[in-house]
Amino acid sequence: MKLPHRLHGKTICLIGLMAIFGPLGDVLLRKGMKQIGAVSSWHPEVLLNTFDRTFHSGPIWLGISSLLLFFIAYLLVLSWADYSYVQPASAMGYLFVAVLGYLLLGEVIPRMRWIGVLVICIGVLLVGGTPPRTTEEG
Amino acid sequence: MTGRDAIFLFIVIFAGTGGELAVTHTMKRVGEVQSFYPHHLLRVILRAFRCGWMWFGVSLMAFSFFSLLMLLSWENVSFVVPVTALSYVLGALGGKFLLGERVEARRWIGVALVCLGVLLVCVG
Repeated sequence: MKLPHRLHGKTICLIGLMAIFGPLGDVLLRKGMKQIGAVSSWHPEVLLNTFDRTFHSGPIWLGISSLLLFFIAYLLVLSWADYSYVQPASAMGYLFVAVLGYLLLGEVIPRMRWIGVLVICIGVLLVGGTPPRTTEEG
Repeated sequence: MTGRDAIFLFIVIFAGTGGELAVTHTMKRVGEVQSFYPHHLLRVILRAFRCGWMWFGVSLMAFSFFSLLMLLSWENVSFVVPVTALSYVLGALGGKFLLGERVEARRWIGVALVCLGVLLVCVG
């Protein structure tokens, strides 16, 4: 898809914000859920208790705020760019999540998983970099 | 990956992709956002929420979000988020078999690489 010149600057800026706030939000959610603990029972009382603790967790709210900023940027971009144009921009998000998980949460990431994440990024770039429309109009 | 993880991953991918498509449909109807002043943005958001598709999309995304939270309570983020890339496989298969799109070779190669990457992340 070829965007008019006037849209390039704001598209790149908003996609940049998406690349930062999306992965950061996911990492903060993991931090919050780690503090709350694994959901180990489907008993309604346990679930309700987990739900309550989730919504009183600082990292969860920071994560939600970060994802909300990601979502707003995403909505704005989608108002002029196609879904298939915006999608590949999120490819690097998978790598950023792994890097942030390693740096901020100290997650142990085996070499095979790093390779897998890189292969996923390349795959997502290839999937997304195709013409936005392959069916007939109308 | 356990069976429980697989079920929640399935929900995250299906509800998330469905929600994104519904929201995209809404934003296309709302039209291009021209001004970034807060009151203009608020007006755009209010206009979007007057559309039924937006509510449907946001509900699906919320369902996907709570399933993601459950997954994140069990597994590392460096595992959970990369495996959700399987949504691209769903997108290509759905485009081909449900919408009758022509999916080119390059896209199939991408889909195959995403599958291979997820496999490596799972065994890693």
